[in-house]
Amino acid sequence: MFKNTDRFAYWLMVLPGLLLLLAFTVVPLSYSAIAFQKFNPALGLQGSPWVGLDNLLYMFGLRDARQVLANTVFIAVMKMVLVLLTAVSFALLLNEVRFLGVRRAIQTMVYLPHFLSWVILAGILRTILARDGLINDLLGYFGVAPIYFLGQPAVFPWVIVLSDVWKEFGFEAIVYLAALTGIDPTLYEVAELDGATRLQKMRYVSLPAIAPVIVLVGCLSIGNVLNAGFDQIFNLYSPIVYSSGDILDTYVYRIGLIQGQYSLGTAVGLFKTVVALGLIGISYWAASRYANYRIF
Amino acid sequence: MVVARSFTDRMVDWLIAVLLLAVGVTTLLPLFNTLAISLSDKAAVSGGQVGFWPVGFTLNSYDYILRDEKFWRAFGVSLLRVGLGGALNFGLAVLTAFPLSRSVRAFPERNLLMWVFVFGMILNVGIVPWYLTISSYGLIDSLWALVLPGALPIWNVVILMNFFRSLPRELDEAARIDGANPWQLLWQIYLPTSLPALATITLFSLVGHWNSFFDGLILMNNPDNYPLQTYIQQLVIADRPALHGGQAQLLALLSNNTLNAAKLFVAILPILLVYPLLQRYFVRGILLGAVKE
Repeated sequence: MFKNTDRFAYWLMVLPGLLLLLAFTVVPLSYSAIAFQKFNPALGLQGSPWVGLDNLLYMFGLRDARQVLANTVFIAVMKMVLVLLTAVSFALLLNEVRFLGVRRAIQTMVYLPHFLSWVILAGILRTILARDGLINDLLGYFGVAPIYFLGQPAVFPWVIVLSDVWKEFGFEAIVYLAALTGIDPTLYEVAELDGATRLQKMRYVSLPAIAPVIVLVGCLSIGNVLNAGFDQIFNLYSPIVYSSGDILDTYVYRIGLIQGQYSLGTAVGLFKTVVALGLIGISYWAASRYANYRIF
Repeated sequence: MVVARSFTDRMVDWLIAVLLLAVGVTTLLPLFNTLAISLSDKAAVSGGQVGFWPVGFTLNSYDYILRDEKFWRAFGVSLLRVGLGGALNFGLAVLTAFPLSRSVRAFPERNLLMWVFVFGMILNVGIVPWYLTISSYGLIDSLWALVLPGALPIWNVVILMNFFRSLPRELDEAARIDGANPWQLLWQIYLPTSLPALATITLFSLVGHWNSFFDGLILMNNPDNYPLQTYIQQLVIADRPALHGGQAQLLALLSNNTLNAAKLFVAILPILLVYPLLQRYFVRGILLGAVKE
């Protein structure tokens, strides 16, 4: 029943994809070798001198590289925690709204920022967070002196974290809402007969139903600990806030492509790639172990 | 409902609904502010008087944009990349997902290939080797640089493959007994029955192409080749307004803020136009990709 001509057709179908993988993943991988060279574009990959681990050792010795790593992990972890908390609370509350039309209207509103690019959202944020912008006007009513949100190292990471919550909390709530919709309504009715209050129903019926999803999202986010959000930070930061807002990806971009230190940029990028691979491995392992998750 | 619901219980229902509606409206307030600024008089904007309603209503900014060649050139580049990139993404996702959805008996190399593709998705080589590769292909300043490197959307392949696998096997068997070959099976059986999943992955890639700015920034040396998001990024974020000749006078009538706000809003418009579709199919896509069973 399974013919060899079929197999040939299948190979023909995957061929274009394999070629693209070769051209845009495998070939760049070979360029990663310049992390171990003193790369000179004029001499190319073949002609540039090899320097062993010099670039990596130099990188670990850089003070700002360590600061950048700390910033990356801090921002990424705070984002995960706060987005998860707001999304779960939002889903639990939305599940209590009985009017379907109202429910849909709320969802329509909170999903929208997810679809807009960080270029657009950063343009909007720069306007409302400016000295004479919306937020400072509002704070002014309460007698708070204007805050320079995008220009103070102590404030900047929180602007990043909270604006990410703004963009993503609604959309992140989708998976929790799906789990809540799947709850058998008789569970709530039984709880009511036993005299459970609304809060008790949320705590003992709704929350346990989404707990596996929370575990899954938590496991999968381990793989993103080094992704603090390039597009967002790139469009909001400035040299004043490098001390707290510069992350691995923006750092690699500046030293590698702007300053043209190809080898150092590649070394930092390679470090990130290797650590990220390990983290993703751990996250998939944890997700399959604790949440029964398989991607295919 | 078994138990009659008390008055306070219903009050709490309303309270939660109102609270969440307030959250929803707050989410959109920054966008209303931008819209109001784009429709306001320059002086009112620099005076910081504009909240959520235009002050000194004027369409000057939009009028200016309509005649701004650079803006429309960038808009055109974006449309081109969305069209070409979307078509490539679609074709490659379908062609790659179908063989991978076959059983190991029908396609023995299926598991190996699946690992290769997923590993390719996870492996992120870093921006410098990526840039050097694309520039070594001579793609700098070409539209192909914006569509080829991401032409194989592996996450979409995974979603589509899982969808193909969820279709009833009888479909497959019946077609085979009628003598269909794999191409006919894909074209005549699988594609027509997978329209919702196809709509989902297509919207994923269209929005992705419309929203990306970074590849345009580093792979296009000539600003004339910038897609819209890159053009706006340079204008609004990098603060490099490009003034030229006769437009300077009109520009002086407007503060940069009103003009920038209007440009942001025009870039949002296409997303708003397809938003009902996005909401419907993205939600489905998230669930197809994230929670199975």
